[in-house]
Amino acid sequence: MDNFKRFCLGVACCLALALTGMPPARADDFSGLESGDFDQVCASITGLAGSGNPQAVTVLEALEQHALFFAPAGGLFIVHGQTYTDARTGQAVATPPDGVKPIKLNNRVRKALASAQAELALASSQAQERQKAADLLYVRHDPAFLPALDHALASEKNTQVHLHLLRARAATLLAQPAEGAGSVDARIGAVKALESVGGLEARGLLAAVAAADVEAPGVRKAAADAVAHIDWHLRVWNVLQNAFYGLSYGSVLLLAATGLAITFGVMGVINMAHGELMMIGAYVTWMVQQAIRGTVPALEPVSILVAIPVAFGVCGALGVLIERGLIRFLYGRPLETLLATWGLSLVLQQAVRSIFGPTNIAVQTPSWLSGSVSVGGMDITLNRLAILVFAFAVLGGLMLVLRRTALGLEMRAVTQNRRMAALMGIRTPRVDALAFGLGAGLAGLAGVAVSQIDNVSPNLGQSYIIDSFMGVVFGGGGNLWGTLAAAMALGMGGKVLEPTVGAVSAKIAILVLVILYIQRHPRGMFPVRGRGVES
Amino acid sequence: MNRLFATSALPFSGALRMAALVFVAATLLAGASLLPQTNPMHVSAFVVSLAGKYLAYAMLALAVDLVWGFAGILTLGHAAFFALGGYAMGMYLMREIGARGVYGNASLPDFMIFLSWTRLPWYWWGTDHFAWAMLLVLIVPGVLAGVFGWLAFRSRVSGVYLSIITQALTYALMLAFFQNGLGFGGNNGLTDFKDILGADLHTPVTRAALLFVTGSVLAAALLLSRLVVGGRFGNLLVAVRDAENRTRFLGYRPDQVKLLVWVFSAMIAGLGGALYVTQVGIINPGEFAPANSIESVIWVAVGGRGTLSGAVMGAVMVNLGKTLFTAWLPEFWLYGLGLLFLCTTLFLPQGLMGLRRKQVAPQNIAEEVTPEVSTPEGNEA
Repeated sequence: MDNFKRFCLGVACCLALALTGMPPARADDFSGLESGDFDQVCASITGLAGSGNPQAVTVLEALEQHALFFAPAGGLFIVHGQTYTDARTGQAVATPPDGVKPIKLNNRVRKALASAQAELALASSQAQERQKAADLLYVRHDPAFLPALDHALASEKNTQVHLHLLRARAATLLAQPAEGAGSVDARIGAVKALESVGGLEARGLLAAVAAADVEAPGVRKAAADAVAHIDWHLRVWNVLQNAFYGLSYGSVLLLAATGLAITFGVMGVINMAHGELMMIGAYVTWMVQQAIRGTVPALEPVSILVAIPVAFGVCGALGVLIERGLIRFLYGRPLETLLATWGLSLVLQQAVRSIFGPTNIAVQTPSWLSGSVSVGGMDITLNRLAILVFAFAVLGGLMLVLRRTALGLEMRAVTQNRRMAALMGIRTPRVDALAFGLGAGLAGLAGVAVSQIDNVSPNLGQSYIIDSFMGVVFGGGGNLWGTLAAAMALGMGGKVLEPTVGAVSAKIAILVLVILYIQRHPRGMFPVRGRGVES
Repeated sequence: MNRLFATSALPFSGALRMAALVFVAATLLAGASLLPQTNPMHVSAFVVSLAGKYLAYAMLALAVDLVWGFAGILTLGHAAFFALGGYAMGMYLMREIGARGVYGNASLPDFMIFLSWTRLPWYWWGTDHFAWAMLLVLIVPGVLAGVFGWLAFRSRVSGVYLSIITQALTYALMLAFFQNGLGFGGNNGLTDFKDILGADLHTPVTRAALLFVTGSVLAAALLLSRLVVGGRFGNLLVAVRDAENRTRFLGYRPDQVKLLVWVFSAMIAGLGGALYVTQVGIINPGEFAPANSIESVIWVAVGGRGTLSGAVMGAVMVNLGKTLFTAWLPEFWLYGLGLLFLCTTLFLPQGLMGLRRKQVAPQNIAEEVTPEVSTPEGNEA
């Protein structure tokens, strides 16, 4: 009898197991996925995420990768190549039923899927995953996830992730209609939490709260204050960001103008071909890059470092050549030198156009110079930061050359009083040639820098030349401090004006201001002094 | 340091001859264009408008020579005055289109309707009257030059500094005119003109008449300029050019002398621009480009700085060369122009006129300037 009972029980259990194991027999968290109806699919996804089902992560991942199939007769399968796995049990299926079809996704499903995955990720063992999930829910601020966030907050140990969860919860809480969504205090707390987060996203949410009629007045006031506070923060960061752009442009101008200032200071010559020498520096950068890519590809990331001395050398040699072959015949006629160098610039431009073609060439930015870091509310692009550092390094190096070397001493002597310097035994023609070469070499360095942020084409020089002239004239040629001040003033001035009046008007305003400034100080901010200057 | 001639050495007959040559050539070309096409002497409309363009450029060169050759001011921004004159004329020509524009609005030019403006900006008022537009052609460049020059010369901005800020001036104007909001058609500028004083701009007779007028105006401007730089004022001008401080110590006011010739020169440039627009049929912000100004300086340098007639000759010759070059060997024009700058400054400091003069009056040529006596800030050119 006992045995019979046991047998019967066993059979019943087996039957029951067999019956419940049959896919269509039970409506579970998965069944919505089999329906083919987007609404039900979405509901099922959200349900799965909250169910704690061990298969949920795998199934949702499969769904995201279009690897989740369903059979019309019932049954969900994860398909990888030829292997079929039952989605519910995770066990391999030898013979899949006929007519399995992938589950289709639309945008709504994808959105639900992303949120569900985020919810699941909140329970992940990886802190990074949890933080990412919290950030996603912060952007979504979908009230459906409030319980999940509360749950996660209760168990979160990592302070960083806890912070992200808190702001996600605050955003989610505030996104709900006011009735029955926590006490006024809780909502004010959420407002405060969002305020400390800052950013446009938080501002949008808070502005909506401040404008909502259903909110308690206290909450609305707190939200309005928070919006004002965030606005102020955004403005400050915006100013800082513009200041960085200004510094960055100023540093490019500085690089371009120091070379000009050297030649102008020593020889009183404005070198109109300076922009073209910059352009050649940029082309040299490209050629060095190509050469290294062809010979030692492993060194390609540092080709820009190799290009720096090469560009300096090539442009410097070209500069000495120009001085010996052209400029020295025109001493004492600065205005005609200006015309001659302009003619030279046309020839150089056309020569580069003939050799390399008129279109832009692609100078690669090495990976260690691309991308950006964000500091507070501003983005600092690495290549611009590098140029800023480079410009100051070049300026420092130049100061050393002028102050600590024999050539520097001779150059300063010639700048102050050419005739007296010659009488003291300084070979002024040699100083002239070397000074011109130094200026040209500096143009080459500027070209290397510019190749990282701008299009490299035969017209490159033209776009910088007027601004760098302004830098020299504004600063008062021949004084590096003046050039530094002028370049930074021009760069910053333009960028500070830009947000209010627009880029072009800012540029016009700067030009007009410099023109007016020159009226007051006809020889710039830091004029060259000495007997030779007497007009 | 004087490498140039005093005006007393500049024969009046030279300017007279050049003026006569310009007038006769323009008249003959204009007449020949009216001959029937079968006639072997017939010249095409293309040649007529080309000649008109050259003569308009010669006006600009004349203007540059007045300030560079006689007052020692190397202007790198004279194209600004030229373009402003052109825009003033362009405004009149735009208004002449009237209701025949694409949008058929009688009072507003097409581009304003395109920008959905409802009324004319104040500075367009009265531009439908030819006389007022002609006044603007002279007034606008004149006033701008007056303000700029008064500021610059009073504070003794000179040499390279002055050159660079004139360049900045034209560059700033170019940027400004590129903006739609300024009310001058932005990028596209002013174009699609139909007629002038009721005469269709596209008929041979109007074109011939425009060439004739351009030639006559140029000849008159040349003679007038020659009168201005001759006599006492001219001597004063040259004194300022060659020794500004010495002239100041003698009790003259160099700033006023320079300002006068600067404004006069800007007006001539503006007039040139106005004549240019009628024959080229378009004016756009590209005319303000600093490169154009520098090119006009080389016309003067090629012809001979400080000779007036040379400037006219240089402008016509260089532009003729440009037309031929760009037609045959387009990629070599920049080489040609660049070498022209280099060779003229190196080997032909007095231009083509200097070649002739050397034979006439070799004693007038000053000794070469050696590097040792130069100053870093040389105020001499």
